[in-house]
Amino acid sequence: MQKKVIFKGWVLPVALLLPQLVITGVFFFWPAGQAVYQSFLREDAFGLSSQFVGFENFADVLTDPTWLDAAGRTVLFSSAVAGLALAVALFLAVQADKHIRGADTYKTLLIWPYAVAPAVAAVLWLFMFHPNIGLFGRMLNGLGIPWDYKLNGGQAMLLVILASAWKQVSYNFIFFLAGLQSIPKSVLEAAAIDGARPMRRFWTVVFPLLTPTAFFLLVVNLVYAFFDTFGVIHSLTQGGPGKATETLIYRVYTDGVMNLNLGSSAAQSVILMILVIALTVVQFRYIERKVHY
Amino acid sequence: MLRRTFGKAALAASVAPIAAPALAQGGPVEVQFWHGLPQPLGGQLEAIVQAFNESQQRFRVVPSFRGSYPETMVAAIAAFRAGTAPHIVQMFEVGTGTMMAAGRAIKPLHELLSETGVQINFDDYLPAVRGYYSLADGRMMGMPFNSSTAIMFYNKDMFRRAGLNPDQGPRTWAEVRQFAQRIRAAGIEVPSTTAWPTWTQVEQFSALHNTPLATLDNGFGGLNAELRVNNPLMVRHINTLMEMGREGTFRWGGRDAAGDAIFASGQAAMTFASSGARSRFERELPGGVQNLGAAMLPFYDDVNGAPLNSIIGGAAFWAMNRGPNATRSADENRAIAEFYRFISQPQVAARWHTETGFLPVTRTAFEQVRATGFYTQNPGADIPIQQLLRGGGQMTGNTRGIRLGGFVEIRTIMQEEMERALQGQQTAQAAMDNSVQRGNVVLRNFERANRG
Repeated sequence: MQKKVIFKGWVLPVALLLPQLVITGVFFFWPAGQAVYQSFLREDAFGLSSQFVGFENFADVLTDPTWLDAAGRTVLFSSAVAGLALAVALFLAVQADKHIRGADTYKTLLIWPYAVAPAVAAVLWLFMFHPNIGLFGRMLNGLGIPWDYKLNGGQAMLLVILASAWKQVSYNFIFFLAGLQSIPKSVLEAAAIDGARPMRRFWTVVFPLLTPTAFFLLVVNLVYAFFDTFGVIHSLTQGGPGKATETLIYRVYTDGVMNLNLGSSAAQSVILMILVIALTVVQFRYIERKVHY
Repeated sequence: MLRRTFGKAALAASVAPIAAPALAQGGPVEVQFWHGLPQPLGGQLEAIVQAFNESQQRFRVVPSFRGSYPETMVAAIAAFRAGTAPHIVQMFEVGTGTMMAAGRAIKPLHELLSETGVQINFDDYLPAVRGYYSLADGRMMGMPFNSSTAIMFYNKDMFRRAGLNPDQGPRTWAEVRQFAQRIRAAGIEVPSTTAWPTWTQVEQFSALHNTPLATLDNGFGGLNAELRVNNPLMVRHINTLMEMGREGTFRWGGRDAAGDAIFASGQAAMTFASSGARSRFERELPGGVQNLGAAMLPFYDDVNGAPLNSIIGGAAFWAMNRGPNATRSADENRAIAEFYRFISQPQVAARWHTETGFLPVTRTAFEQVRATGFYTQNPGADIPIQQLLRGGGQMTGNTRGIRLGGFVEIRTIMQEEMERALQGQQTAQAAMDNSVQRGNVVLRNFERANRG
């Protein structure tokens, strides 16, 4: 039952493909190619002298203990952000799915944070949790809890995780809510008639039916935590104190943009690129099979 | 319909590039000037540019704000690589090493002046300022403008509350600690903090005590300098800060200029900051000018020969070529040189100094301002200059300044290590040893990239 369209000649098919090919080429392959090319060079900041150094940049990066620390930190940060954002969103979606008064207002309010740009979100959190000018920051200190995320690495990490996860909750919420609403009521009623209590109904009926949504969101959230949290980290902690909140993507920025070490920065980007390609392949190849559709 | 609009747009787009140069031929020569000063300083700088534009018809300098100093530096370098560099960029002192080694990316000042025949008397400039931006043989590379130095600011009202004399800041670190303890006892939560932690606590500190920050006269002698910040005196000072942090008399205010906000909002009693922050503090500090005290940077009085002069910070102007394969026209160079000559006039330097708290970069400007009685009306405004001349104005290799490549990165490294030490994760010795080790890697990479 395969449908096959046969074109006469090759001009039309190529023309039809062209826009997509051009966009992919210009916006994806070209910059990526540049990064690969740069990663083999050692240059001064102004690009006046460059030297081919082979895999030296990669070797330097992979043997740099501070880079390896950043890698470990990124894993911790990303799983915390994704886990927290998914859990909170699922909880809120389940609550919003119930028959409650003002459900629409409640849902709308929950979706709002998604419209806030990461940098703005970070500023909001800064004004709440700054140890000297923030409302909660001062309150915590007033209560005798020594809160100073500018100097306490653990607190700084907690803060960027909270701020990043908060941004993503709305997005997850919309998808979970849609997922919940597409679950047939008859299935739930049947379970209820069989005597399953709400918690049991959730874990044995609702949750398995939500796994496709959850899986999709997991991928999206991990990618978000990996690549899109730059704005939050940059505005809140700039990777500090020490290197307590420096993730791999932040490291690429510091080395490339601030320190003007383009070779090393490009090598790190290439490593990230390989990691992401591998992650995506693994996820779609193996994990997706276990997902119940 | 759609096609017609599109056609018009395309026509407009194709005409525009032809029209632009035609217009420029008749009008003044335009010069792009990127700076990194936020308000209120940015506005005050742009007012000076405006004054230049109004003073003559042939040239027009177009200022634009490009974010913080490091952001401006990065933007200018990226623009150069893309062939769209500004004619003039304001570069902070930390970027001096990078600019000096930038080869044909920059147009050295001495070349610019000799080609255009514009005269500027650099003998009149303060030696600390002139020396910072010249080659070993005295030829100028960058145009000094907003030079500052680090000084101490304090909140007079808080001094009174702690029973301290509001007209007398602490002289030594022992006094700083003693004052801070009394302020703390008076119920003030942040007795002391600092902006630019490495600049005020490591770089200025080393100069004051005539201790090398790096070998080869802090890098003035060549690209193969090595850091020396793990010396016993430096470690002792970091230890003092750590002890003060533990007893609650010193609060880490964050990296770079972040500490300014804590003092400006009236929360901290003492801070170490750029003398150029005066303008902001006068506006924002509760109680205003009357409440603002200034003092020279403290030192350890048991160190032989201390204190010597502090070193300068702030920024200078650098003329850049447009791109790797493009130079400027004679007209453009002339415009840059004329602008430089304008800002070198004593009255311009004097105005900038009195309005902002930056240094009067020339002796004549300093004398002019003194003659107006400004320093008697604004006690403390001459502290930065006095501090620069402390030790009799005899500069040593340790007090001339710092010229290390990749110094932006080295500063970040030192701030990271200091943060970890102040968190109690490592000793002062370890923090400084790590700074040296990691910083030297940066220096070696810079040396390698700029030698070929």
